[in-house]
Amino acid sequence: MPEQPGKNAIEVRGVRKVFGTGENQVAALDTVSVSIRENEFFTLLGPSGCGKTTLLRLIAGFDFPTAGEILLHGQDIAPLPPFKRPVNTVFQSYALFPHMTVAQNIGFGLEMLGKPKAEIEGRVAQMLKLVKMEALKARRTSQISGGQQQRVALARALAPQPKVLLLDEPLSALDYKLRKEMQIELKRLQHETGITFIFVTHDQEEALTMSDRIAVMSAGKILQVGTPRDIYDRPAERFVADFIGETNFLPGTVVSKRAGVATVKFASNATISAGFPEGFDPTGEVTLVVRPEHADLVPDPAKGTIAGTLANIVYFGTDTHYHVKLDGGGENFIVRHQNSRSSPVTYATGVKVGIQFEEDAARVLKD
Amino acid sequence: MAEPRIMDIKDQPGFRSIAIICLLVLYVPVLILMIFSLNSGSLVTHWEGVTLNWYGSAFLNEEFHAAAKNTLIISVTATIVSTICATLAAIGMTRVKPWRGLAAAFMVINLPLMVPEIITAVATLSFFALIAGAFGLNFGIGNLILAHTVFCIPFAYMPIRARLEDMDLTLEYAAADLYATPWNAFRRITLPLLVPGIMSGGALAFIVSFDDFTITQLVAGPGQTTLPLYIWNQIRRPMTPEINAISTILLMVSILFVSVSFLIARRRAK
Repeated sequence: MPEQPGKNAIEVRGVRKVFGTGENQVAALDTVSVSIRENEFFTLLGPSGCGKTTLLRLIAGFDFPTAGEILLHGQDIAPLPPFKRPVNTVFQSYALFPHMTVAQNIGFGLEMLGKPKAEIEGRVAQMLKLVKMEALKARRTSQISGGQQQRVALARALAPQPKVLLLDEPLSALDYKLRKEMQIELKRLQHETGITFIFVTHDQEEALTMSDRIAVMSAGKILQVGTPRDIYDRPAERFVADFIGETNFLPGTVVSKRAGVATVKFASNATISAGFPEGFDPTGEVTLVVRPEHADLVPDPAKGTIAGTLANIVYFGTDTHYHVKLDGGGENFIVRHQNSRSSPVTYATGVKVGIQFEEDAARVLKD
Repeated sequence: MAEPRIMDIKDQPGFRSIAIICLLVLYVPVLILMIFSLNSGSLVTHWEGVTLNWYGSAFLNEEFHAAAKNTLIISVTATIVSTICATLAAIGMTRVKPWRGLAAAFMVINLPLMVPEIITAVATLSFFALIAGAFGLNFGIGNLILAHTVFCIPFAYMPIRARLEDMDLTLEYAAADLYATPWNAFRRITLPLLVPGIMSGGALAFIVSFDDFTITQLVAGPGQTTLPLYIWNQIRRPMTPEINAISTILLMVSILFVSVSFLIARRRAK
């Protein structure tokens, strides 16, 4: 994809962050480069310790990079202290000021910017309305619920109209239902304010449902940047496929290949054509990845690409997972069926079954 | 089945009686002192009847007035100055990048708590004698204020530092993120949240200065009698329940301060 200079809200260029000195040095970020577009809902996704929060803190200004540049609309902000950056943060713990009311919290940023009183009041009223907290504006922050605190934290960070809003796992402290509500609420706020959101999470489902684009991180590096569909359907490497959603891993041997597609043979002698990412040259023994919903069970083992014995059936309400013990051994292969009113075939554990793949279901990935 | 329980010290044999004995030994003498301040007789050992006359004569006693005035001047000044110093020290030792000698500085600040007071007293006396001899300097009651300020600092420092360490650092990050300069972040966020710590530090410093005897006894010059010194001097004469009344007043002031400090700490902790 060609870079569009000037259209990027944030450009991270070759940023390294090393903590500690001498023997105890740890590279929290190992030469990371990424561009985040204007008005984008961009997510940094990865397991804890992958460097996503470190990157967010560098953008906010709470830490300074060991090397590299961070551009905000083309200007290098890496050496600026946090109070000189037009960037605001929603903290994981909310960090609301306990000695101030809801309204005073929301107005704090504007007050520090030296805005006139009338403007602050108007803007605070507008923010209270945006997050539906008008009724509680005079309350202390200790007198409102977790979900309400979350809204106040959002309003406080949005009130000074930052160029970029940083969100550090803001939903992790909420229960499941409230989290779902806030996910929709966040999307609405982003749409209504038109501010670039950079969202940090370790929750892949949250990342998939909310983001315009996702950067998957591991061990201080960005492994892949793309739309949720890119990341899910065309993972660039094994870690990405494993971290996002459920995946089956199958061993096979490459017998031939042409542009972007390899023919892979299984132990059963069945062959399948599988795509592979650009810049990767699969040869010899490889691992195939197949999403559980991209495979299908057939009652006749001979009709399947691979075959096995049905070991376990797990009912999930909306769908059913079939765990198949493959004839060639290895980990169980999982097939996911969406449940409908009239399921055509019912299977019982212990029977022999075949597994068929949908077109383009399998991909060969770098380990 | 009985629920498994961790050991409860209250179930140990003798716990209850030992606790009661300790409390009696601690509080019965104080209680007797307070009761005899109401004695209508003129002996502190023989009860005759109830009167408030000794409080009356204490309030009319010029020497008591002078001692109370000295005590207040010294302890109020020492409290204010030592609390300010302690606050600055606590901030300088918790809100900065770790620096060489941080642990040493912490020890130096807290050492006076562990040095026997008589040593500090003798050292302070010799110090003032030295500068009086070498430079002809004598600050009068200022000598006492200076000595009190110095030994009050570690007492004021402890609660302030504890409060700073408990405070969520993210709040200061949030203030900086919302365009507050370091000074504004301190003034608007850190300082207001630190007030309960400063109050209890101040209250503690006041109590320590208010009833200090050892250092004051050695350093005080003529006309610098404080309340504890006044009581000490009275005990050496034939004692009347007036001394009990004065002691009770002192005790009440101390209890008032400790209670206020405790209540502030508890209210803010909620």
